Amino acid sequence: MSGHSTYEPKTAIERWLDTRLPIIRFGMDTMVSFPTPKNLNYWWTFGAILAVCLVTQIVTGIVLAMHYDPSAANAFNSVEHIMRDVNHGWMIRFIHANGASMFFLAVYIHIFRGVYYGSYKAPREVLWILGLVIYLLMMATAFMGYVLPWGQMSFWGATVITNIVGAVFGDKVTTLLWGGFAVDNPTLNRFFSLHYLLPFMIAGVVALHIWALHVPGNNNPKGVEVKSKADTVPFHPYYTVKDGFAVIVFFILFASFVFFAPDALGHADNYTVANSLVTPQHIVPEWYFLPFYAILRAIPNKLMGALAMFGAIGILFLLPWIDTSKVRSMRYRPSARLFFFLFVFVCLVLGFCGAHEPDEKVLKGLAGFQLFDANLNSFVWLSRLGTACYFGYLGLVMPILGLTEKPLPTPESISTPVLTEKKG
Amino acid sequence: MLRKALILAAALGFVAAAQPSFAEVSQKPIEPVKWSFEGPFGRFDQEQLQRGYKVYHDVCSACHAMNLMSYRNLGQEGGPFYDPKYKTSNDNAKVKAIAKDFNVPDIDSDTGDVIKRPATPADTFVKPFPNEAAARASNGGALPPDLSLIAKAREDGPNYIYHLLTGYEAAPAGLRVPAGKYYNPYMPGDLGSFWSGHGPAPEGGFIAMPLQLTADRVTYDDGVKATPDQEAQDVVTFLAWASEPHADERKQTGVAVLIFLFLFAGVVYASYRRLWKDIDHG
Repeated sequence: MSGHSTYEPKTAIERWLDTRLPIIRFGMDTMVSFPTPKNLNYWWTFGAILAVCLVTQIVTGIVLAMHYDPSAANAFNSVEHIMRDVNHGWMIRFIHANGASMFFLAVYIHIFRGVYYGSYKAPREVLWILGLVIYLLMMATAFMGYVLPWGQMSFWGATVITNIVGAVFGDKVTTLLWGGFAVDNPTLNRFFSLHYLLPFMIAGVVALHIWALHVPGNNNPKGVEVKSKADTVPFHPYYTVKDGFAVIVFFILFASFVFFAPDALGHADNYTVANSLVTPQHIVPEWYFLPFYAILRAIPNKLMGALAMFGAIGILFLLPWIDTSKVRSMRYRPSARLFFFLFVFVCLVLGFCGAHEPDEKVLKGLAGFQLFDANLNSFVWLSRLGTACYFGYLGLVMPILGLTEKPLPTPESISTPVLTEKKG
Repeated sequence: MLRKALILAAALGFVAAAQPSFAEVSQKPIEPVKWSFEGPFGRFDQEQLQRGYKVYHDVCSACHAMNLMSYRNLGQEGGPFYDPKYKTSNDNAKVKAIAKDFNVPDIDSDTGDVIKRPATPADTFVKPFPNEAAARASNGGALPPDLSLIAKAREDGPNYIYHLLTGYEAAPAGLRVPAGKYYNPYMPGDLGSFWSGHGPAPEGGFIAMPLQLTADRVTYDDGVKATPDQEAQDVVTFLAWASEPHADERKQTGVAVLIFLFLFAGVVYASYRRLWKDIDHG
C-alpha cells in the first residue's frame, strides 16, 4: 500500500520476485509493518474477529454444501442427515448456524464503534460506505441461508420477505425471485446458489474495505490523526497478538452457544418441515433482523413500511455528511455521547418490539387506550416511537448537535495528552 | 419533559381497567421437570432410553412415525441398545432382533415382484400409515405429528411433551368438547368459542389424541414400575435423544473445547501483556 513500505528483499529470489510481482512486499506492508495507532482499545479488535467469522462461515459452509441437497423434497432431511449421519456434521452445522449470529453480533459492535469514535468522517467515508455494503451483503446472505433448512420458519420467513421486496419493486420481481408463483423448489435452488455466491462477494468487498482502511490508516479512540512515528506501532506483533487474544475470547462465547445452547438463538418451528398449508403462529426473523422488522411493521402501509426499513440502512450511507461535528471521537463530545447511548438503547427497544406481535401489550396489566389505529400500550406504538427516535437521531440530532454543542478540547496528538482529558 | 412523562404514565394507569380480553392462544404454564440430560454435564441414561423406546414401540408407534430414525440408530454410541462389543450398530444382535420383527416392502431382484421382507438395522422405522391421507382418515382428520424431532420442534420440548402426556383433565363444566377431541390444558389453543361457563375461557386447547399413558400401559423388561409419570419421563427422554442423537457427544466435546480455549486465552493474554509492557498506549 502507499507510502510506508520498509520491506527490503533479502534473498535473490525475493529480489527477483519483488520486481515482477511484489506480493511479499504487499503482505509485509499490510499485515506486518503497517503503522497502527498504539492506543487502539478492544473495540478495535472486532475487525479481526469479523475476518475470522467470515472465514469460519465459508469453510463450514463449503463442507455443509457437500452434504446438503437443495431440493424442496429433500432439503430438510439432508440437514438432519448432516446432524445424524455425517461425521461431526452436527458440529459443522451448529458452528455455521450460530456463526451467523456471532457474525452479526460482531458486525453490530463494529458499526457502533465506528459511530462512537467518528470513524466514518473524512477521510474515511469510502471505508464506511464499503462497510455498509458488506453489511447489506451479509443480510442478504443470512436471509437466504436461513431459508435453506426448509423448515417452517425458513419457508414463511422467505414468503414474508419476498413479499416485501414485491411491495417495493412489483409483482414481476417477486415472481422472478420465486421462480414461480409461490415460494417453492425453484426459490430454494436459487437461494442456495446465491447463498454460495454472496460470501465470496463479501470477501471481495472486505478486500476493498481493508484497502480503504490502509490508505488513511486506522482511526483511534482519541480521533486525532497520527502525527509521527511515536504515535504508532507495527501491526505485527503488537496487534496480531492483541487481536488474537480477542478472537479467542470471542470463540469462548461462540463455543458456549455451539456446544451448550445450539438452538437458543433459533426457533423451534424450524425443526418442522416447511408446509405451505400451515402458517406458524408467529413469524419472526432471526434476532439480528428484529429492529428492522419492527420498523417495517410500525408503518401501516406496506410500501411505506418497506421503504422505511430500507431507509433505516440507506440513511447510514449519508452519515459522513449528516454528522456536522468536526470532532471525531465522542470522548470529547459529552452531549453526543449521551445521545449515542440513547440511540443504542432505541435500537435494542426496536429489536424487542420486532420479537413481539404488534397488537401485544407492552405493559401486561395496563389496558391503555385506542390511539388512531392501535392501542397506545401495544408494540405497534412502541415500534413507532422507536422508529421516530431512530430517524430523529440520525436525521436531526446528528446534524444539529454538531453545530450547537461545545466539545471538550482534543489532544494535540495520540502521544500528547490534554490536561482536561477524561477517560471515555 | 420528565413531568410530562409522569403525567402521561399516571393517565395510562387510570385507564388500566378490566377490558374484555380478546381471543388469544393460551396454555397452562409449563413447569420444568428434572431431566438426566439437561445442562452442560447432563447425560442420557441408557436404561431409561430403553424403557422410553419400549413406550414408543408399544404405544406411540401405533399412530406416530419417526421418519428420521433407522433401527441402526438404536445401537449407535449413546443410543438405547449401544453395546461396545459390536463394531457397528448394524452388527448389534439386539438391534437386529428388533428390526427383524418388522416387515418392510421391497422388490424381489430376481422377479421384480413387490414383496415384504423382515427389516434389517439399515431400514428406517416402519411407518404406521402409508401416507398422510391414511393417517388422517384413521385419526378423525387429525395428523399425528412425526416424532423424530418433536422434542426440538416445540418450545421447551421435553417439559412440554411431559406435561401434555400427563396433564389431561376432565373438561370443565361449560366447555363444549367436539366429538373425537379431548381437553388438555397444556395444548396451545383458544377455547373462547367453545366456552359458555363463568369467567374467562379455560387455558389450553383440544387435542385429537386421548390420554395414552395409564398405569401399567407397558411392562418394562427391567422391572421398573410403569406409573404414568415414569412412562412419560421415559418416553420424553427417548424422544429428546432421538431429536439429537449426538447431544451427549456435543456436550462432552464442548467441555474439552472450552478448557482448551481458556488455557489458550491465558497464554495469549500473558504474551500480550509482556509485548506491550513498555508501550504507553493510554
